[in-house]
Amino acid sequence: MIEFLTGLFLVVGAAFMVVAALGLVRMPDLPMRLHATTKAGVLGAGLMMVGVAVYFGDGGVTTRAVAVIGFLLLTAPVAAHAIGRAGYFVGVPLWENSKTDELKGRYDEKTHTLSSPPEMHEPEDQDDASR
Amino acid sequence: MFEIALLTANGLLSLALVLGFWRLLQGPTLPDRVVALELIASLTIGFIAVYVISSGRTPFIDVAMVLALTAFLAAVGFARYLEKGGHREND
Repeated sequence: MIEFLTGLFLVVGAAFMVVAALGLVRMPDLPMRLHATTKAGVLGAGLMMVGVAVYFGDGGVTTRAVAVIGFLLLTAPVAAHAIGRAGYFVGVPLWENSKTDELKGRYDEKTHTLSSPPEMHEPEDQDDASR
Repeated sequence: MFEIALLTANGLLSLALVLGFWRLLQGPTLPDRVVALELIASLTIGFIAVYVISSGRTPFIDVAMVLALTAFLAAVGFARYLEKGGHREND
Protein backbone atom coordinates (compact mmCIF):
# COMPACT_ATOMS: atom_id res chain seq x y z
CA MET A 1 0.00 0.00 0.00
CA ILE A 2 2.77 2.39 0.96
CA GLU A 3 4.67 1.46 -2.18
CA PHE A 4 1.57 2.09 -4.29
CA LEU A 5 1.03 5.54 -2.71
CA THR A 6 4.71 6.44 -3.12
CA GLY A 7 4.73 5.39 -6.76
CA LEU A 8 1.53 7.33 -7.39
CA PHE A 9 2.95 10.52 -5.84
CA LEU A 10 6.23 10.15 -7.75
CA VAL A 11 4.62 9.54 -11.14
CA VAL A 12 1.99 12.27 -10.74
CA GLY A 13 4.68 14.73 -9.57
CA ALA A 14 6.91 13.86 -12.52
CA ALA A 15 3.92 14.27 -14.86
CA PHE A 16 3.35 17.79 -13.50
CA MET A 17 7.04 18.52 -14.13
CA VAL A 18 6.56 17.43 -17.76
CA VAL A 19 3.54 19.76 -17.98
CA ALA A 20 5.71 22.59 -16.64
CA ALA A 21 8.45 21.87 -19.19
CA LEU A 22 5.88 21.68 -22.00
CA GLY A 23 4.56 25.06 -20.91
CA LEU A 24 8.10 26.42 -20.92
CA VAL A 25 8.57 25.26 -24.50
CA ARG A 26 5.16 26.02 -25.97
CA MET A 27 4.07 29.30 -24.30
CA PRO A 28 4.67 32.37 -26.46
CA ASP A 29 6.17 34.96 -24.08
CA LEU A 30 8.00 35.40 -20.78
CA PRO A 31 5.10 35.99 -18.32
CA MET A 32 3.19 32.97 -19.66
CA ARG A 33 6.30 30.78 -19.37
CA LEU A 34 6.79 31.98 -15.78
CA HIS A 35 3.15 31.18 -15.06
CA ALA A 36 3.52 27.63 -16.42
CA THR A 37 6.84 26.69 -14.82
CA THR A 38 6.33 28.25 -11.39
CA LYS A 39 2.98 26.72 -10.54
CA ALA A 40 3.29 23.32 -12.20
CA GLY A 41 6.98 22.96 -11.32
CA VAL A 42 6.48 23.65 -7.61
CA LEU A 43 3.46 21.35 -7.50
CA GLY A 44 5.47 18.56 -9.16
CA ALA A 45 8.50 18.89 -6.88
CA GLY A 46 6.23 19.16 -3.82
CA LEU A 47 4.31 15.99 -4.76
CA MET A 48 7.59 14.10 -5.21
CA MET A 49 8.79 15.19 -1.75
CA VAL A 50 5.42 14.06 -0.34
CA GLY A 51 6.19 10.70 -1.95
CA VAL A 52 9.52 10.58 -0.06
CA ALA A 53 7.78 11.41 3.23
CA VAL A 54 5.13 8.72 2.66
CA TYR A 55 7.69 6.06 1.71
CA PHE A 56 9.93 6.41 4.78
CA GLY A 57 7.23 7.37 7.31
CA ASP A 58 9.97 8.46 9.69
CA GLY A 59 9.81 11.63 11.78
CA GLY A 60 13.15 13.08 10.65
CA VAL A 61 12.60 12.37 6.96
CA THR A 62 9.07 13.77 7.06
CA THR A 63 10.25 16.95 8.77
CA ARG A 64 12.95 17.51 6.17
CA ALA A 65 10.58 16.78 3.28
CA VAL A 66 8.08 19.27 4.71
CA ALA A 67 10.92 21.80 5.06
CA VAL A 68 11.83 21.36 1.38
CA ILE A 69 8.17 21.88 0.38
CA GLY A 70 7.97 24.95 2.65
CA PHE A 71 11.09 26.47 1.12
CA LEU A 72 9.76 25.81 -2.39
CA LEU A 73 6.39 27.40 -1.60
CA LEU A 74 8.07 30.42 0.00
CA THR A 75 10.78 31.08 -2.60
CA ALA A 76 9.23 30.18 -5.98
CA PRO A 77 6.65 33.03 -6.11
CA VAL A 78 9.23 35.58 -4.99
CA ALA A 79 11.74 34.40 -7.60
CA ALA A 80 9.08 34.38 -10.34
CA HIS A 81 8.00 37.91 -9.39
CA ALA A 82 11.61 39.15 -9.46
CA ILE A 83 12.28 37.58 -12.88
CA GLY A 84 9.03 38.86 -14.36
CA ARG A 85 9.68 42.37 -13.07
CA ALA A 86 13.24 42.35 -14.38
CA GLY A 87 12.04 41.00 -17.71
CA TYR A 88 9.48 43.81 -18.00
CA PHE A 89 12.14 46.43 -17.29
CA VAL A 90 14.69 45.11 -19.78
CA GLY A 91 12.04 45.27 -22.49
CA VAL A 92 11.25 41.61 -23.21
CA PRO A 93 8.55 41.76 -25.92
CA LEU A 94 5.04 40.52 -25.04
CA TRP A 95 3.08 38.16 -27.25
CA GLU A 96 1.87 39.94 -30.38
CA ASN A 97 -1.79 39.03 -29.60
CA SER A 98 -1.68 40.59 -26.10
CA LYS A 99 -4.69 42.87 -25.70
CA THR A 100 -3.58 45.24 -22.92
CA ASP A 101 -0.39 46.25 -21.13
CA GLU A 102 -1.65 48.24 -18.15
CA LEU A 103 1.85 49.15 -16.98
CA LYS A 104 2.79 50.71 -20.31
CA GLY A 105 3.80 54.35 -19.86
CA ARG A 106 3.21 54.31 -16.10
CA TYR A 107 6.57 52.89 -15.09
CA ASP A 108 9.55 55.19 -14.79
CA GLU A 109 12.29 53.18 -16.50
CA LYS A 110 15.05 54.96 -14.60
CA THR A 111 13.74 55.05 -11.00
CA HIS A 112 11.48 51.95 -11.31
CA THR A 113 8.54 53.69 -9.62
CA LEU A 114 4.89 53.31 -10.61
CA SER A 115 2.74 56.41 -11.21
CA SER A 116 -1.05 56.52 -10.77
CA PRO A 117 -3.23 56.21 -13.87
CA PRO A 118 -4.27 59.67 -15.16
CA GLU A 119 -8.02 58.81 -15.18
CA MET A 120 -8.12 58.75 -11.37
CA HIS A 121 -7.39 62.46 -11.08
CA GLU A 122 -9.70 63.82 -13.79
CA PRO A 123 -13.08 63.67 -11.89
CA GLU A 124 -11.65 65.73 -9.00
CA ASP A 125 -10.41 68.38 -11.41
CA GLN A 126 -13.86 68.60 -13.04
CA ASP A 127 -15.51 69.03 -9.61
CA ASP A 128 -13.15 71.88 -8.79
CA ALA A 129 -13.93 73.58 -12.13
CA SER A 130 -17.74 73.34 -11.65
CA ARG A 131 -17.58 75.06 -8.27
CA MET B 1 5.60 -2.81 -9.94
CA PHE B 2 7.31 -0.28 -7.67
CA GLU B 3 10.43 -0.41 -9.86
CA ILE B 4 8.27 0.43 -12.88
CA ALA B 5 6.92 3.49 -11.05
CA LEU B 6 10.46 4.64 -10.21
CA LEU B 7 11.55 4.11 -13.83
CA THR B 8 8.50 6.00 -15.12
CA ALA B 9 9.20 8.93 -12.79
CA ASN B 10 12.83 9.03 -13.92
CA GLY B 11 11.81 8.87 -17.57
CA LEU B 12 9.25 11.66 -17.24
CA LEU B 13 11.78 13.83 -15.39
CA SER B 14 14.36 13.19 -18.12
CA LEU B 15 11.84 14.20 -20.79
CA ALA B 16 11.10 17.41 -18.87
CA LEU B 17 14.85 18.04 -18.52
CA VAL B 18 15.33 17.74 -22.28
CA LEU B 19 12.45 20.18 -22.93
CA GLY B 20 13.80 22.65 -20.35
CA PHE B 21 17.30 22.39 -21.83
CA TRP B 22 15.89 23.15 -25.26
CA ARG B 23 14.43 26.41 -23.92
CA LEU B 24 17.73 27.15 -22.17
CA LEU B 25 19.56 26.86 -25.49
CA GLN B 26 16.86 28.51 -27.62
CA GLY B 27 16.42 31.69 -25.58
CA PRO B 28 15.26 34.01 -27.12
CA THR B 29 15.97 36.44 -24.24
CA LEU B 30 18.07 36.18 -21.08
CA PRO B 31 15.06 36.11 -18.66
CA ASP B 32 13.69 33.11 -20.59
CA ARG B 33 16.93 31.27 -19.93
CA VAL B 34 16.72 32.14 -16.22
CA VAL B 35 13.20 30.65 -16.13
CA ALA B 36 14.55 27.48 -17.76
CA LEU B 37 17.37 27.31 -15.17
CA GLU B 38 14.84 27.59 -12.35
CA LEU B 39 12.76 24.75 -13.79
CA ILE B 40 15.91 22.63 -14.13
CA ALA B 41 16.65 23.22 -10.42
CA SER B 42 13.14 21.96 -9.52
CA LEU B 43 13.70 18.97 -11.80
CA THR B 44 16.91 18.16 -9.93
CA ILE B 45 14.94 18.17 -6.68
CA GLY B 46 12.63 15.60 -8.29
CA PHE B 47 15.59 13.46 -9.38
CA ILE B 48 16.95 13.60 -5.82
CA ALA B 49 13.55 12.47 -4.48
CA VAL B 50 13.56 9.44 -6.80
CA TYR B 51 17.17 8.64 -5.91
CA VAL B 52 16.50 8.87 -2.15
CA ILE B 53 13.66 6.38 -2.50
CA SER B 54 15.47 3.95 -4.80
CA SER B 55 18.70 3.91 -2.74
CA GLY B 56 17.38 4.52 0.79
CA ARG B 57 20.04 7.17 1.50
CA THR B 58 17.92 9.73 3.34
CA PRO B 59 20.70 12.33 3.94
CA PHE B 60 20.31 13.34 0.29
CA ILE B 61 17.09 15.16 1.24
CA ASP B 62 19.31 17.84 2.78
CA VAL B 63 20.88 18.29 -0.66
CA ALA B 64 17.42 18.94 -2.11
CA MET B 65 16.77 21.54 0.60
CA VAL B 66 20.02 23.41 -0.06
CA LEU B 67 19.40 23.19 -3.82
CA ALA B 68 15.97 24.82 -3.43
CA LEU B 69 17.49 27.71 -1.49
CA THR B 70 20.46 28.24 -3.85
CA ALA B 71 18.16 28.16 -6.89
CA PHE B 72 16.12 30.95 -5.29
CA LEU B 73 19.29 32.97 -4.60
CA ALA B 74 20.47 32.46 -8.19
CA ALA B 75 17.12 33.61 -9.62
CA VAL B 76 16.99 36.72 -7.41
CA GLY B 77 20.63 37.50 -8.21
CA PHE B 78 19.96 37.22 -11.95
CA ALA B 79 16.86 39.41 -11.66
CA ARG B 80 18.82 42.03 -9.74
CA TYR B 81 21.64 41.95 -12.30
CA LEU B 82 19.13 42.42 -15.12
CA GLU B 83 17.33 45.29 -13.38
CA LYS B 84 20.39 47.23 -12.22
CA GLY B 85 22.77 46.26 -15.00
CA GLY B 86 23.02 47.73 -18.47
CA HIS B 87 21.56 44.71 -20.29
CA ARG B 88 18.66 45.71 -22.57
CA GLU B 89 16.73 43.73 -25.15
CA ASN B 90 15.33 46.40 -27.44
CA ASP B 91 18.09 48.81 -28.33
